[in-house]
Amino acid sequence: MTTTVAAVEEGTAGPYALSHLDALESEAVHIFREVAGEFERPVILFSGGKDSIVMLHLALKAFAPAAVPFSLLHVDTGHNFPEVLEYRDRAVERHGLRLHVASVQDYIDRGVLRERPDGTRNPLQTLPLTEKIQAERFDAVFGGGRRDEEKARAKERVFSLRDEFSQWDPRRQRPELWNLYNGRHAPGEHVRVFPLSNWTELDVWQYIAREGIELPAIYYAHEREVFARAGMWLTAGEWGGPKEGETVEKRRVRYRTVGDMSCTGAVDSDADSIEKVIAEIAASRLTERGATRADDKMSEAAMEDRKREGYF
Amino acid sequence: MTSTTEPVEPLSVEQLSETTLLRFATAGSVDDGKSTLVGRLLHDSKSILTDQLEAVERASASRGQEAPDLALLTDGLRAEREQGITIDVAYRYFATPRRRFILADTPGHVQYTRNMVTGASTAELTVILVDARNGVVEQTRRHAAIAALLRVPHVVLAVNKMDLVGYREPVFAAIAEEFTAYATELGVPEVTAIPISALAGDNVVEPSAVMDWYGGPTVLEHLETVPVSHDLAHCHARLPVQYVIRPQTTEHPDYRGYAGQIAAGTFRVGDPVTVLPSGRTSKVSGIDVLGDPVDAAWTPQSVTLLLEDDIDVSRGDLIVPTKDAPATSQDVEATVCHVADAPLTVGHRVLIKHGTRTVKAIVKDIPARLTLDDLSLHPHPGQLVANDIGRVKIRTAEPLPADSYADSRRTGSFILIDPSDGTTLTAGMVGESFAAPEPVKDAADDDGWDF
Repeated sequence: MTTTVAAVEEGTAGPYALSHLDALESEAVHIFREVAGEFERPVILFSGGKDSIVMLHLALKAFAPAAVPFSLLHVDTGHNFPEVLEYRDRAVERHGLRLHVASVQDYIDRGVLRERPDGTRNPLQTLPLTEKIQAERFDAVFGGGRRDEEKARAKERVFSLRDEFSQWDPRRQRPELWNLYNGRHAPGEHVRVFPLSNWTELDVWQYIAREGIELPAIYYAHEREVFARAGMWLTAGEWGGPKEGETVEKRRVRYRTVGDMSCTGAVDSDADSIEKVIAEIAASRLTERGATRADDKMSEAAMEDRKREGYF
Repeated sequence: MTSTTEPVEPLSVEQLSETTLLRFATAGSVDDGKSTLVGRLLHDSKSILTDQLEAVERASASRGQEAPDLALLTDGLRAEREQGITIDVAYRYFATPRRRFILADTPGHVQYTRNMVTGASTAELTVILVDARNGVVEQTRRHAAIAALLRVPHVVLAVNKMDLVGYREPVFAAIAEEFTAYATELGVPEVTAIPISALAGDNVVEPSAVMDWYGGPTVLEHLETVPVSHDLAHCHARLPVQYVIRPQTTEHPDYRGYAGQIAAGTFRVGDPVTVLPSGRTSKVSGIDVLGDPVDAAWTPQSVTLLLEDDIDVSRGDLIVPTKDAPATSQDVEATVCHVADAPLTVGHRVLIKHGTRTVKAIVKDIPARLTLDDLSLHPHPGQLVANDIGRVKIRTAEPLPADSYADSRRTGSFILIDPSDGTTLTAGMVGESFAAPEPVKDAADDDGWDF
């Protein structure tokens, strides 16, 4: 309560203007409640990364003092950071939530999916994700995607209809007018919902700071054994690095995004507190994906192509 | 490129958090320099980062282009890049130390009415571009008409390419005067005209060094300072109920809260309220803003209202002050923009989503279609096709508590949905179409249109 009132009093735009964080928070909460009101089986994609952590925080506030009426779904690549998995399990425990896991390793072990020559498992997530959605009959799937991340995502609706194969057709998107979200879908179809659509990376960090949200420690600067590949610092580990010719060194780094170990790079950083992280991002000349994501560099339309297939 | 907007020192968390948010839309036709203006705003506010620029340079070079093509920054889809066309609205984000911006970047050519309607529906400001060499043209009048229809509170007329008319004041003054007169006639409450050169950078972010006759703000200065809140004291308070929160825990055995985003006005603890459409009355006994109790809350806050009496309230209901309740009716007359490819016809069975309520409805009549170029009317067109704007009469299966769009953009708007496949068909605005103080005279105006 105090945050809202303080922002109003100190703001520069009249007594009833909300601060931009309050406005974004209010909009995201509206989206969560629309889904709770209109869908039968919603689920939140939860990776333990900062965007999904902020989503869970917003959902907790949206339904307080009642429990969050959604379960969580984690697509486990098998190459996750242990700190992130611990965080995930603690969050589930603390808030009494139900966790579904779609496991890439499981698909590889069964021979349904094959390891790629480049070792990245990010593109392999699509099949376990979409099959889990079908098997559990989820009709609304919350994703932490933001439109500022990537130009294909800038075209994404807040409510994004997916067909029975989870495919996204950018030409068949429904216009979104006012805040009247249209969640109609046929049996077998589902809607991807993006409550953080209008947030930027900096907004997410400012909100984490304002709300005092705890994150996995790998988001802050720490000493780590890494090796260089394709212009990024990757964490050494059993997942498949370093290879011959790549040397491990100890560096002070942090992560801007958290995904699969095989394609998420760390950045050199001394930012070991949230204030320093925010200052670093505000001064950065690189986007978070450009700096640390190998999978987006594969082609000009890499994200669009994966999204069309059902990726988040 | 220099910029006045880059912070000299990093801002503190507090400073960064205290900025406000402005949603705005751009409108422009193909060659008036919209991409250049958007590119310059993004670039000079440090919103185009090195890796994005490098990607554009790579892509431009691989196409054999000598200079980086900034349109590649905004054309996000494969089909758009291949065909050089833009599909639908994209949303872009940039920030200055004073404010955060959400820009609805609407394509200028294909299917453009519905795109501009989509962008303008959430915008508090629209930038309309004109080419200084051409002045106010048909397109400009269409843009002004849509901004007026959607009741966008602030309109900026950016008279672009001033460098091509010798930066002469009389050229700008004549265009600004003609446009302002036209827009005022339509009921646009505020027009700010700015002479710019998006290419050379005059008056976009930096004040122009060559147009010393112009004493007003640059585009960015205006975007940073235009007020984003309205005088809520005179607004009708409205809360569409989204969801009923009932924890049923030992800690909160009797908690029953009505969650929603305040669509208009202010609610205070103690206010006598009425729940529509049932008409039951009670009093606000408490307001929670995301878990914390407050004495008052206002639009667009997401809140939970608690009532004194245990009355029947559910999703789809509208909570309003008892002394200021809208009329409920099963007959809705509205101005609509048809956004689907299949036409809307008389007799069409549809769903209408108004606030949080979705009910069955039937299109009873389409009295007129509007031509935005000259605001002429075609009586009884029989149907509306994609991008058409017209008047419709709708009969709903249950009464709707609809405000006039002139009074409330949130509770005066609705969408029509095709019940068979869920397609969003039509954007609707209840009541009169334009807010003109005087009727706009038109030869074809013989069908009861109220401008």
